Amino acid sequence: MNLQPLRTKEDLQQLRDKTYETISLRIKDTNVEKEINKYHILICAGTGCTSSQSHKVRKKFEEETRKRKLTDKVKFFKTGCFGFCKLGPIIVVHPDKTFYTKVKLENVDEIIDQHIEKGQVVEKLLYKSLKTNELQKTMNDVDFFHGQNRIALRNCGVINPEDINEYIAMDGYQALAEILTKKIAPKDIIETIKKSGLRGRGGGGFPTGKKWEIAASYEGDKKFVLCNADEGDPGAFMDRSILEGDPHSVIEAMIIAGYCINAHQGYIYVRAEYPIAVERLEIAIDQAKKAGLLGNNILDSAFNFDLDIRLGAGAFVCGEETALIKSVMGFRGEPNPRPPYPAEAGLWEQPTLNNNVETFANIPIILRKGPEWYSSIGTDDSKGTKVFALAGQITNTGLIEVPMGTTLRTIIYEIGGGISDGNELKAIQTGGPSGGCIPADLIDTEIDFKSLTDIGSMMGSGGMIVMDQSDCMIDICRFYLDFAQDESCGKCTPCRVGTKRLLEILKNISNGNGEMEDLETLEKLCHDIKDASLCGLGQTAPNPILSTLKYFRDEYIAHIKEKRCPAGVCNGLLQVVISDEKCVACGICARVCPVNAITGENKKPPFHIHQDVCIKCGACIPKCPVDAIYKR
Amino acid sequence: MGIRIEKNEQENFRKLDEIIERYKNQEGMLIRILQKSQEVFGYLPVKVQAYISEQLNIPISTVNGVVTFYSLFNEEPQGKYVIGVCMGTACYVKGAPEILDAVKDELQIEEEETTMDRLFTLKSTRCIGACGLAPVMTINDEVYGRLTPADIPPILYQYIKTHKKAQVTNENE
Repeated sequence: MNLQPLRTKEDLQQLRDKTYETISLRIKDTNVEKEINKYHILICAGTGCTSSQSHKVRKKFEEETRKRKLTDKVKFFKTGCFGFCKLGPIIVVHPDKTFYTKVKLENVDEIIDQHIEKGQVVEKLLYKSLKTNELQKTMNDVDFFHGQNRIALRNCGVINPEDINEYIAMDGYQALAEILTKKIAPKDIIETIKKSGLRGRGGGGFPTGKKWEIAASYEGDKKFVLCNADEGDPGAFMDRSILEGDPHSVIEAMIIAGYCINAHQGYIYVRAEYPIAVERLEIAIDQAKKAGLLGNNILDSAFNFDLDIRLGAGAFVCGEETALIKSVMGFRGEPNPRPPYPAEAGLWEQPTLNNNVETFANIPIILRKGPEWYSSIGTDDSKGTKVFALAGQITNTGLIEVPMGTTLRTIIYEIGGGISDGNELKAIQTGGPSGGCIPADLIDTEIDFKSLTDIGSMMGSGGMIVMDQSDCMIDICRFYLDFAQDESCGKCTPCRVGTKRLLEILKNISNGNGEMEDLETLEKLCHDIKDASLCGLGQTAPNPILSTLKYFRDEYIAHIKEKRCPAGVCNGLLQVVISDEKCVACGICARVCPVNAITGENKKPPFHIHQDVCIKCGACIPKCPVDAIYKR
Repeated sequence: MGIRIEKNEQENFRKLDEIIERYKNQEGMLIRILQKSQEVFGYLPVKVQAYISEQLNIPISTVNGVVTFYSLFNEEPQGKYVIGVCMGTACYVKGAPEILDAVKDELQIEEEETTMDRLFTLKSTRCIGACGLAPVMTINDEVYGRLTPADIPPILYQYIKTHKKAQVTNENE
């Protein structure tokens, strides 16, 4: 790509207008389909769709159009995540915004034959509404996008993240240019952010403007801006999607942050497990440098800001800011007690401003559209929107962005399309290993930072795992505690030893060796760990247990008193049984049983499993010709 | 991956020197140096850690502390293909444990183990952020989504086949 360094705001505006022209057919509303003679086809290149082979689909499209000499008529672009990962690979054909789902290699010819050559929509690739059974043609029509408001994800699925010009065409770097050209005072910018009500999206929800103000107030030889892209919460992938779909929004915000707190060096700490995100960031940083928007003397304003990527090496605790700082410096990521907060003494003991990816992605648009616009969205407590990663037993898994204050019901039943296979909702887990399980009867809760904390969970980074009757809450807790004790860095005792003890008790309960006193011990230990741990990891690790003890106590009791797992998950409590009605007494099960636990007389049903002998290996289950054997 | 330290040892240490030379004057580059070294050697044996410690003038305890702290670093040689079964929450509730069992069953190894022929290493990994496709598994850089236990043998067979073909070609040359 040929990039000339931009010197002034006017240069930027010119480039914007020029590029806007070329991508305008993606943005303008055109319904005059007959007049179309040019197409832009956007192909999702996020991790979800890439795993569904979207890169091969793109390659085939390019080859076919070359073969058919259509390269003037159709252009192909990689784009960021649309969020509807379940139905990937997703492609959108502009200007008529046709939203095709599950596009396979064999569909490429059809799309070119029908859509490009004849202007007819390929109906079988359209999304079919689960509610009305109607075909929904454009992205705006699709149920999944109703009720969504994409602010942090504004450019994902619209622009090519590997082309800085397209970000500029969508008014990118305008906020930065405005600030640098007019030399707006840092305190005014910070005031704007404070007024917008933006709160940190990494989990804690600390007011962003306030954080900037504190970081700006400390003097240092060399100050730093840090971006936390160490998205460790299992089940959350919004930061990854933003970095993959719109890396420049984060870069622009970090430069502005540097200007506000008088820092000239920034670091983005990103997980090594996210190779596509790292690659896009590298491309973006390189292009921003070439365009004169990053590095020395940005837009001829004498302001310098440089940006480096630091790769995480796989440690959940590094999402905690003091641990993250240690890791950026190349050491073991062990947290430090706070205060001093990083804003006072962070990287190399210098004042350091640390924000999460999603927080940064909101900054440029807030500065452009004004704080009033942003604060008009959301609730009293939490302004703006939040990106959630919907996963688990839900029909439409994927990434959504909704205004704060949206109810869980809207998210699950309107956007998420309900529970998969028509099952019944049991619980919603938010906040990852630090959060809690919300029971189905609280589904009308309007979610924001406060309401989630009030009901014993937390916002966290925005993972939302939906569970149905087939999920055992004790097993889920065991899973999270297993995670927490494995990821505990070991520096402080309450977390290192405490999480291990919690896990042991949970394992006992799920194996059928629990006692009723265990529940009291669990609860007491949970509070001790919360009070005494050094960092957020330990302080929040007991949350899954505390919330399930509160809302699903009967399930613990069933495990302990009745020695029964209601969801049929905990292996130690299961029985393998033969259905009396279904059994045809063929005797196959008795022959495969390794411990001769099954007895019966041929052709005289039913056969019987002796529970005291059975080792629950399950070998008999798939062998039964009439599916009469099951676990309960 | 899978490069044995006995082979190419001199060549690898020469590359390691280049890496150290490139980063040693920048602050906080120990993790980066270790990452790059692991790309060269395939893993980080004590010998390499000791060398880095000497060259950077950092105590070997610090170097080893970092190596053992982060799950990305391996002190043992890895298979040619590293299988990572995602154990994030979304994958877990969608049946990741069964996927893990299927791989164990097929290769007859446990987690963190490598097959006798050094072809596969099995790991359970942290969330890779492809939750929309749960349950997922990675083999080196390739991601496989929406898996059922029945998908595992054919996927692994593809890798075995590719490996065998490569071996035959090598022998013929």
